[in-house]
Amino acid sequence: MLVRHTATLAALLLLGAAPLAQAADKPTDPQIAHIAYTAGVLDVEAAKQALETSKNKEVLDFANDMVRDHEAVNVQALDLVKKLKVTPEDNATSKALTKAAAEERAKLATLKGAAFDKAYVDNEVAYHKQVNGALETLLIPSASNAELKSLLETGLKIFQGHEQHAEHVAGMLK
Amino acid sequence: MRPGASNRRLWFAALALAIAATPAAAETIQVTIDKLVFSPATVEAKVGDTIEWVNKDVFAHTATVKGGWEVMIPPKKSASLTLKVAGAVDYFCRFHPNMKGRLVVAP
Ligand SMILES: [Cu+2]
Repeated sequence: MLVRHTATLAALLLLGAAPLAQAADKPTDPQIAHIAYTAGVLDVEAAKQALETSKNKEVLDFANDMVRDHEAVNVQALDLVKKLKVTPEDNATSKALTKAAAEERAKLATLKGAAFDKAYVDNEVAYHKQVNGALETLLIPSASNAELKSLLETGLKIFQGHEQHAEHVAGMLK
Repeated sequence: MRPGASNRRLWFAALALAIAATPAAAETIQVTIDKLVFSPATVEAKVGDTIEWVNKDVFAHTATVKGGWEVMIPPKKSASLTLKVAGAVDYFCRFHPNMKGRLVVAP
């Protein structure tokens, strides 16, 4: 179990540099809520960068879909934490995701046109893959509250859908 | 026997025949979308029937046939399509291509 968690986190943290030992502990519900919420917010921010930069209709449509879905998931997440009286708690995984996203944003900011589109969409594929891995192997199995687990499971299906959608858009950009 | 009784029986017989001969009336078949799942995943219908997708999610979905039709299904809303062509078609959600369904349409 621990080995798998460590492997997942190693994958999750590939783009970041958070202290692995600290993050490898099984996350608590407040931490899981924070990670899931952060993952959504970061993807919305990436989408907004794409909406400001891209001129490609497929890319703009995809970015709008990301904003719409992740905002909808996060509204549900906020409602749930309020209902459960859970305060989302910042943690090493959330920090690693945020740091990696900031670096990606800086990288994308240097690009435009087709180069930007390709880099954004490729990163969307990789990012959703990474979050799906974390949801499947770490966050969902670690969640103790049934409603939180159920919301994460819906979140996983959304993220899996986005991964396939992103792959489709990536294929069209070629 | 009172006059008219046999007449009435004839009428019933004619009516029963007429019902049997009329093709089954077009139906509306519901497909529910809940947590990114179409259910039932496969629907058997016939030309003239209407499929009504009932979206219980807070997410927008589509029912899309590759190279064919597309129905937009907004969050917490329903959308319908009347079937005009016989045959089996697979559809998916364009926003979440992991959502899949199938319609088997008899003539
Ligand atoms: Cu969908």
